[in-house]
Amino acid sequence: MDAHSSSPTPVAGAPAPPALDPHFHEHLRRYLFVFYALLFGTLITVGASYIPWGNREINIGVALFIAIGKASLVACYFMHLISEQKMIYGILAFTAFFFLGLMFLTIWSFSDFPRHTVTH
Amino acid sequence: MDIPYTVQPRPDTGLYNAKVGIWLFLASEVMLFGALFSAYILLRVGAEDGLWPHGWLNIPVGTCNTLVLITSSITTVMAWASCKMNQFGRFKFFHACTLCLALTFVGIKSYEYHDKFTHYEIALNDGKIADGHFIENKLQLVNGAYTGYALLKGHVVTDRKELFNLREHPAKHEELRLEGAQIKSLDNYGPWHHTYLAIYFTLTGLHALHVIGGAIVIGFLWGPGSKLWRTDPERFTNRIEISGLFWHFVDLVWIFLFPVLYLL
Repeated sequence: MDAHSSSPTPVAGAPAPPALDPHFHEHLRRYLFVFYALLFGTLITVGASYIPWGNREINIGVALFIAIGKASLVACYFMHLISEQKMIYGILAFTAFFFLGLMFLTIWSFSDFPRHTVTH
Repeated sequence: MDIPYTVQPRPDTGLYNAKVGIWLFLASEVMLFGALFSAYILLRVGAEDGLWPHGWLNIPVGTCNTLVLITSSITTVMAWASCKMNQFGRFKFFHACTLCLALTFVGIKSYEYHDKFTHYEIALNDGKIADGHFIENKLQLVNGAYTGYALLKGHVVTDRKELFNLREHPAKHEELRLEGAQIKSLDNYGPWHHTYLAIYFTLTGLHALHVIGGAIVIGFLWGPGSKLWRTDPERFTNRIEISGLFWHFVDLVWIFLFPVLYLL
């Protein structure tokens, strides 16, 4: 496909198209690598769920570990978090704090029983 | 009056305004889905032993949908990269691919929902339970009692717990004929059937709404919105980046939803 042939020309006086990073083609290769890694990670997740680890908690841990790895690839490369401005990191730091707090409260609630509750 | 900082970065943030906006929005989305994941954890941990379902969802279909969404992520990135490289034709191609993949995802999800709404658990008068999909349903409820008959593709169990671990003990489905007089009650696998299905429909329904919303934006930017390329290509490229960030977030949520709901 000739990509340029169907490109409409910007009108006269319009701002110039975005300047291209000289390392952009390297980024493209990286995106493709991430894509293959995500496909592979998905198949690994499904495969690992069929392995009888002997304990369902291990299955959960393995699946979440792979999911966190895949999510990191998406966030770092597709969402460009690996080279973002401090402002974005600041927003995400606040988000992570409250998200982890929410999960901590959820897990904490497991051991929060009313007085005189009989637990086994 | 022009909207400031749509292309040039603001001196204090180092970013154009829309990027700060989308990240603040995504932060709120993290908390929204986080709250629902928290609800999922509480429901799952609170379920009685042996009464949390495993194998109620079709893993190959879910895997296929995951691959569709991941592929849509790379086409989104490539669409943005094409704009950066000043290749508008390629942008159109990749964004059209993203749109098709988004619609494919919604289509597969609809098929899965349909499968659940047509799947029945039928309590029989002898205490057994029939479970499966109707092939033919001629049942009628008259004065609180069922009459007629139904043909079911499914299986019969004596203990309801046998319906909850279909991954380790898959059911052998066969054609069954059920007379109305045998049936005590029946209930389909809608959100009301079990807390697992309630949280499944809530999480995947909310996610599907995000996919549909994202597809509308992508469709707009592919169609009428792409006129901006002629007058302000850099601003248009920024819009593609912003819609892409949202789309990757939708993909990111699914990366967690898939193992949590389908595999564990």
